[in-house]
This record gives sequence, structure tokens and C-alpha cells, in this order.
Amino acid sequence: MGSIAITNGTLVDGAGTRRADLLIQNGVIAEVGEKLDGDTIIDADGLVVTPGFVDLQVHFREPGGEEAETIQTGSRGAALGGFTAVVVMPNTTPTIDSAAVVRQIHDLSIDALCEVVPSAAITVDRDGEALAPMAELVRSGVRMFTDDGVGVQDARMMRTALEYASGLSHLADGFEIVLAQHCEVDALAAGGAMHEGEWSSRLGMPGQPAEAEELMIARDVALARLTDGRVHFQHVTTARGVDLIRAAKAEGLKVTGEATPHHLCLDHSAVASFDTVFKVNPPLRTPVDVTAIKAGLLDGTLDAIATDHAPHTRQDKERPFLDAPPGMIGVETAFAIANTELGADIEKLVELLSINPARIAGIDDRHGGPIESGRPANLALLDLDEQWTITGAALASRSSNTPFEGRSVRGKIRHTIWNGDLVVTNGEATR
Amino acid sequence: MRRNGARHLLSMADLDRDDIEQILNLTGSFAEVGKRSIPKVPALRGKTIAWLFYEDSTRTRLSFETAAKRLSADTMNFSVSSSSVNKGESLRDTIETIAAMGIDGVVVRHRAAGAPQQVADWTDAAVINAGDGWHQHPTQGLLDLYTATSHLGDLDGKHIAIVGDIKHSRVARSNAIGFATMGARVTLVGPPTLLPPSLDGWPVEVTHDLDAVIDDLDICYLLRMQLERQKQAAVPTLREYHHEYGLTSARADRLGAETLIMHPGPMNRGVEIAGEVADRPNAVITEQVANGVSVRMAVLFLLLGAGLEPVDESAVGGGLAVA
Repeated sequence: MGSIAITNGTLVDGAGTRRADLLIQNGVIAEVGEKLDGDTIIDADGLVVTPGFVDLQVHFREPGGEEAETIQTGSRGAALGGFTAVVVMPNTTPTIDSAAVVRQIHDLSIDALCEVVPSAAITVDRDGEALAPMAELVRSGVRMFTDDGVGVQDARMMRTALEYASGLSHLADGFEIVLAQHCEVDALAAGGAMHEGEWSSRLGMPGQPAEAEELMIARDVALARLTDGRVHFQHVTTARGVDLIRAAKAEGLKVTGEATPHHLCLDHSAVASFDTVFKVNPPLRTPVDVTAIKAGLLDGTLDAIATDHAPHTRQDKERPFLDAPPGMIGVETAFAIANTELGADIEKLVELLSINPARIAGIDDRHGGPIESGRPANLALLDLDEQWTITGAALASRSSNTPFEGRSVRGKIRHTIWNGDLVVTNGEATR
Repeated sequence: MRRNGARHLLSMADLDRDDIEQILNLTGSFAEVGKRSIPKVPALRGKTIAWLFYEDSTRTRLSFETAAKRLSADTMNFSVSSSSVNKGESLRDTIETIAAMGIDGVVVRHRAAGAPQQVADWTDAAVINAGDGWHQHPTQGLLDLYTATSHLGDLDGKHIAIVGDIKHSRVARSNAIGFATMGARVTLVGPPTLLPPSLDGWPVEVTHDLDAVIDDLDICYLLRMQLERQKQAAVPTLREYHHEYGLTSARADRLGAETLIMHPGPMNRGVEIAGEVADRPNAVITEQVANGVSVRMAVLFLLLGAGLEPVDESAVGGGLAVA
């Protein structure tokens, strides 16, 4: 593999925005300087060079749901979206709840276009009954545990998991293992198909009240306090949920939070069309919540933008709204949506899409910057101003359930470099 | 009522006052047809209507079938329980399969809200919602309006209480809109556990006290109490429900002599309505059923027959032109 020089770009990596050239050799950044030359030269004049993005929550459906997505197709979309690492959720078949399945994920990732980081279930088969073998999983490289779409319902189980995980840092180079929670109390939300409120009432749809999320966030804040454990709140959607996390952070608890691109720009009125592309869990909430999510991202209460990329086949989505599976795809459109909708500058976007999620996932030794010599070359080159229109059929995913069909957005990934390899060049995946 | 070029009836919210008046006028003409010795007109001869009932229904289905037969339409029955749906076919594949056989209209009942609207997105045939989950049941709403106006005339300013399980009722959602569109004052009555979580944007008033409104009503509209609601703890006991929200004999005595007692059926006598009350002269419950056929004839005719062209008056037999 020859060297790559990136010239005339603007570097944004949390270490001070600056103009500099980069030389990439043998998978790492060999030099940051001026007037650098290489076997391949990428003229980055007018582009922003950032650490590759990190997605804390994707569903690539493999093994078990290959008709909707594979690690290959999902990772291609991710690379096209500027991501150099994604954390895959454990709700595969089989569930990622043993070192054997972690190894299977690594085997299936051999042709991936970005780093595929397995998370593992907190409880065996994600059924909330028995703890997964967490030490075995940490030894196999897992840093984030989550029961994903269900959340650990039982407070005692969650307490036990947090306590047990807090004793595993010695197996993880001192990293404090993180438990990521989909916060939703089943007793209040089970059977719901959308946010409970004005629109669910009008449409005659069973609802998922915001309080189902708030209650579990409040409980897990309390358990983080009790156990001194680390909790990451996945896809926060409610205004009061953001407030709870803000207060917990002010108190100094080890909590972090994320929000999805769709929750920062869509609300529950979209369901009036009964188009199942708008069915997602947690559901689209009210405009007040949307405003609060954006504010939470901008003021640092929420640390990361994560997509919850959830592909579903056409036939699975072409069912009645009540029966259709929840989920939207998002890896390829996340940056453009955030750049268009959030009202953040590029420095903030790089924090939310790269620096913070890399730290939360425990992969900041190789992702999330800074851009300096000796670091693995995981980079995204962005055109902040390019306008384009999202079309599901044109996305790399095997599925096309984007809620942003036809939406005009600003900001496009021009090139993505993963481990020194140009996986996306001029907006096209190289394999 | 337009969507995808075809005309549909998906929700009472699709209809403005003029639309409703047009349908009710036409219903009157078809009611005359029903009184003839051979109650049949050739209005929809050559048209094919498919029944797509994903949820059990006896009266609505029979009512639609009778209406279609009186209009001389051909009908095609898609029996869900014995069909490919049970083999996992998607809703879209099912509707496309039926449409491929050549249909002009499809009448859909589904336990999932919005299913008829999805069907309308996926087919060129006219779609009529025969009840979708808790969402809408527009032909019930129309037959109730027809029944109400045939007794009370203009509904402007009339006071209507819809009593019972509003939350889970498509009839309540259609009727709240329908009665309000016709100028009536609508009060929803029920325990908080059986009201929708939000009433923002609903043209209604709400009370938990039936006795506070009972003396002042032009129509007391009772909803069927789903007996399983007690298991879900929405009400402590059916006895208590009857006591607080049922139209007991004592409450029925307080209704005006002209006040209509209505119910979409099937009734639980002794729960939402005292057994004896359902048989009083001002209870028009069986009349509602009879009017259902005429209303559905009008809806089928408007969507499948007349289009936007002038009606062949001899086909209707009522001497009524439809724009």
C-alpha cells in the first residue's frame, strides 16, 4: 500500500482547527505538516478533515437477518457516512452473549469497510433473567454491554450488572466498562406503537408515554449513584430525560447520553401518514422534545449522535403500523442531517460524531482523533456545503427504510480513510 | 376523499359538512329504494367490490353486502382466516393480489389503525374503511348522523353525549368529528382510564360525571363496554361501571321525551345500558342498523358509481343529482 498525502485541508479534531497537510503511510498518520507529498495525493482544498466518525449504535443484522442487512453492506453505508467505527448491537440471532459469537462477528467483519465493534448483551439472550458471562466477553474485547431494544427492566438485575461490571476494568486496560440502556419501562410502554399524546389519541394508536423513558433514566441515574457504575443512555428522546441526565452530570455521576439524527428533526405528527417508515423505538416525540434534544446535544448534556441504524426489509415494513417492526436506517445520512438540522459548528459536530463516542466506546486509542503523527489513519473528509437529496434506493443499505426520503440536506462525505485505506473516494465506496 | 387519484372513505375527518349533507341526502333516496318490493337498482352493475375483513364482523359486513347487492355490484370475499394472510403474507402483497383480479372497490376492516389508509396508498381501487382498530369507522358515523337527523332535523346546537370507552373506540372517534362537523355540541363522558391520553384538537367537551349532563341531552350515545377492560383494571368492576356510566332506568327517566338513545351494537344489556332502556320508544338502536344499509349504498354509489359525473337519476330512483 502506497502513501497518501492529503493537502490543503482544514483539520478539525478538537485540538484546534488548523490548515495542514497529512501524510499517511502503513495505516498510520506519518506526518502532519506543510507541502507533503505521497504516492496518492488528495487535494482537500475546501474540505474539512476530521477523525473518522464513530457510531455507538447500529444494527447490521448479521448473523440472523441478512435479508435486511449484512455487515458488509452496513459497513459500506457507514463508510459512505464518514464512519470508521461502529458499535453493533447484540440483538442478532444468535445474541451476542458469549465470546464465541463475538468471534463470529469478527469473522463476518473480514470484508467490512470500517471497524465493527461488537457490544454484548447484559443478560443471556437479552431476556433479563441471568447475567451474561461479562468477564469472558470483556476478555474477548467487549467494552459496552446492552440489552438493546428492551432495557433491563428489573432494578436488582441492573444493579447487579453495574456492580459486577465495575470490577472488570483490570481485564480492559483500566477502561471502565459501560452499560448502555434503551430506557423504557415495559409496564407503561408495552404494546405501544408511537409516542403517547395528541397524535396517538387522534389516530387511535396505543402509545408509549414519555414517562416510560423518564422513569428508567431516573432509576438508572439512581443506580449509577448507588454502584458508582458507568451508564450510557441510548437514544434519549424526551425533554425531561435530558433534564435528568443534565442533573446527574452536574452531580458528577458517570453517565453519558446520545441522541439519533431522526429524533432531532422529526416529531410524532409524521405518523399521521401511517407510513411505517416513521415507526421507530423509542418513538418520534413532540416538537418540544425535539427542541430539548437539540439543546441537550449543543450544551453537552448529550455526548454523542448515534444512528440506531435499523434496516428492515420492504415486506417487513409493508405491514400495518401496529405490526411493522420499529426502526430506520441512518448511517449514511447522519452527518448531513446533523449538519443541516442541529445548528452546530463543525467543531461541535466532530465532538458529537467522533471524539465523544470513541471515548464512550473505549476505542479512543484508534478513533476520535487527535490527528497527529503516530495515530492510526482513521479520517473523514467532508464538504460542508454540498447540497444533495436523500433517496433510500441510492443508499448502500440492503434496506431503504429512511425517514428522510426526498429531503434536501447539506454536507457530504467526500473521502473516508480507515486504517490508512481509502474506503470511500469521491463519495463512492471502493469495495 | 381523494387519494392516489381514486376516491376513498377513510375517516370522518375527510368529509366536510357539504360532503356529509350530500351523502345523507343520497341515503334518503336509497332508503326509499329499500322500501320497494324489489329493493334493487342497477347502479353498480359490472362493478366488483372486494371484502377484506381482517377482523370479525357480523353486522357491518352483512350491511355492506346487502348494500352492494341492492346496487347490483359483484362482490368478492377475501376470507382472512383461511387465506394466505395466516401464512405470513404482507398486507401489501395481499391487496396487490386481490387488485390483480380486477376490483373497483375494496372494503377493509382491520384491527390495526391506519390499515385502510395503507391499502389506499397501494391500490388504484376505491377504499372504504369499515373500521380500523381504535381509529375510525366512518360509515358508522354517517349512519348515526342519518339516524340523528331523521329524528331531530338540523343538528346545529344539539347536545350529544358519547358515553363510555372513548379511548378504544373507533365509533367515538368518527362520531365526535361527525357530530361536531354538523354543528352539534359534543360531550365525551367516561372515566379517565377510558378517555384518550390527549384531547388536544378534538372539538369536544369532557366530563366524568354523566349525571351532570344527562338532563340536557338531545342524544345519549352509549358505547359498547369491552368486557376485558375490567381485567386491564380500567374499571374496578362492571357493576361499578354500570352504576357510574351506564344508562340506568333512573337516568333514562331524566332524558327528554324526544332525546334519542343510540348504540352502535352489539349491546351489553345491564352494563352500558339497562336492559329495559334499550327497548324504550326513544331508543333507535335497530333503526341505526336499518339505516346502515342505505348509508353504505350511498357511499358505495358515490365512490364507485357516480364519480364526478352527473348521476343517472333512473339508476338511483330518487330523483337526486349528485355533483
